Amino acid sequence: MSKLLEVENLVVHFDTDGGLVKVLDGVNVIINAGEILGLVGESGSGKSVSAAAILGMIRRPGRILAGSIEFEGIDLLRLSEDEMSRYRGRQIAMICQSYRTALNPVISAGRQISRLLEIHQGSSRAAARRRALELLDLVGAADPARLMKQYPHQLSGGMCQRVMIAMALATSPRLLIADEPTTGLDVTIAARILELLRDLSKRTGAAILLITHDLGVVAQTCQRVAVMHAGQLVETAPVRELFRFPAHPYTRALVSAIPRIDIEIRLDPVPGAVPSLLHPPTGCRYQNRCPRAMEICRHDKPRQVAVGQDHEVACFAFGEHSDAAA
Amino acid sequence: MTPLLEVEGLRKSFALTGPTTWAARLRGERPAVRAVDCVSFAVAKGETLGLVGESGCGKSTVARCLLRVIEPTTGSIRFAGEEITTLGGRQLRNTRRAMQMVYQDPTAALNPRFNARRTIEEPLRLHFKMTSAERRERLNEIISDVGLGTDLMERYPHELSDGQRQRVNIARAIAAHPSFVVLDEPTSALDVSLRSRVVLLLEALQKRLGLSFLFISHDIATVKYLARRIAVMYLGVIVEEADSTSLFAAPRHPYTRALLSSVPVPDPDFRHERLVLNGEIPSPTKTYVGCRLRSRCPLAAAVCAEPVPRREVAPGHHVLCHLA
Repeated sequence: MSKLLEVENLVVHFDTDGGLVKVLDGVNVIINAGEILGLVGESGSGKSVSAAAILGMIRRPGRILAGSIEFEGIDLLRLSEDEMSRYRGRQIAMICQSYRTALNPVISAGRQISRLLEIHQGSSRAAARRRALELLDLVGAADPARLMKQYPHQLSGGMCQRVMIAMALATSPRLLIADEPTTGLDVTIAARILELLRDLSKRTGAAILLITHDLGVVAQTCQRVAVMHAGQLVETAPVRELFRFPAHPYTRALVSAIPRIDIEIRLDPVPGAVPSLLHPPTGCRYQNRCPRAMEICRHDKPRQVAVGQDHEVACFAFGEHSDAAA
Repeated sequence: MTPLLEVEGLRKSFALTGPTTWAARLRGERPAVRAVDCVSFAVAKGETLGLVGESGCGKSTVARCLLRVIEPTTGSIRFAGEEITTLGGRQLRNTRRAMQMVYQDPTAALNPRFNARRTIEEPLRLHFKMTSAERRERLNEIISDVGLGTDLMERYPHELSDGQRQRVNIARAIAAHPSFVVLDEPTSALDVSLRSRVVLLLEALQKRLGLSFLFISHDIATVKYLARRIAVMYLGVIVEEADSTSLFAAPRHPYTRALLSSVPVPDPDFRHERLVLNGEIPSPTKTYVGCRLRSRCPLAAAVCAEPVPRREVAPGHHVLCHLA
């Protein structure tokens, strides 16, 4: 599989009145062409900030202190604002969590899509309109012609999300970032939106970065998974491998913290709380919640080591680290 | 044994007014949203009944009618053997002491100008004559029950975390020794790791205090974990009610099947037997003769236009469907 996007050692801080919030602490992640990568973690783990960084949308008071984001070999962080705008919305598109507020309330659904095509691709008004109709059909609208004329307040949550997806697809992006695309939707509608994303990725060849806190969604939608905790990437693995052999203590805790309908489990919440990113512990940021924390975890930040095929974990309990710690 | 709570034929409709309904009103019709359209169920002492369904199905309206936060249009609600739809004044207040509610949004449910202590003591002040020493003693009992520290008691809602706020809400609900608590999506606004903690807390409280719960949620996995019996609502009616085990092993109503087959399962090899409904939930202003799911149901047949009887398909397993 070819590499589409590679984030390396990304460090992002935010200046606030309370002090410096160290949101991302050296994140490394690769997205391959055409795959669906799940990015999971609790609130405050840095999932959405990672997405914003990829889109070049970290603004003051946020600062990128280090790292690179290479998209098809080009470091997006070195681009000027003008150059970046050739990627944002065209090569890399986004589906937001708050589909209600992300749509313009005074512009019809069809016009929101066609306007985008006029801006990004210089299409004529008529051509853009035709393409908008096609896109609404592609995302499974029952009556695309009618939907073209409707305004966001006339649409259900699921329909708004479909319009958002159509907008994201308008420019045939290579990478689609979906930030909690089903949060707030009813389960039957959410299941259909996820089906749609899977289907679109297959049909258009676009890679999808699916940000979610729901491991069920990950298991049934993604091919690979990256787990984040408090601004650090703790584990990446193919989806089957992650659920069969979760390695990092945090991943294990996440899996046993959710009730499920397929089997009976004893609920076991993740211990402790996400540490404050104003004063995060040095070394591994999971140390204060970890049942296996060692002395070394308090000083050094664990590197990612391979524990299986395409399976990496950042924990001193594994691989070469475990020898060093012994 | 008579159940603690018995609801029979509960209906609640909200009249529609305003300019869009004038034509219908001229024709002599009375357009209304039938939020709850003949719902019956019972909750035994110490039991949890789970009520699931999607937005707009009427779950929260049922909850509000039970506590008479809003008045039911028709129907009977018996609590501890007493009809409460006709109660007023002091009697109603006494009943309300025994029936409490925890809301979905832990922030909106708290008065921002009350600190945690005052919030939790409020029901004690309303329902009991207690000296301040007695109140303090009871407060300490309650907060140790829900796992809050005394150091948090002087804090205001904005100084508490989401998880702590929901614990304050739960503390307030159990303060006056209720026997029945309605939990309306108590975990939906919380982060994943907090959710499981609140679920475990509710489970422990129920065991220790012998509480009965009506647990309302669209999070079906959590309902399965907490509830022994589950009722599934669709468009104002309960379409299926059964033991948790038999509901998950053999769901009979097409809506239940569609709902369960949409729940994401954290196992990449798990394959649902998918049943997909057409379109989206129709308007609750219509009056229905036959099955309400008819227009969306892939299994619909001619018979579905006829009124649907509630049938017992297995012991304790009730379904509202011609075909099940």
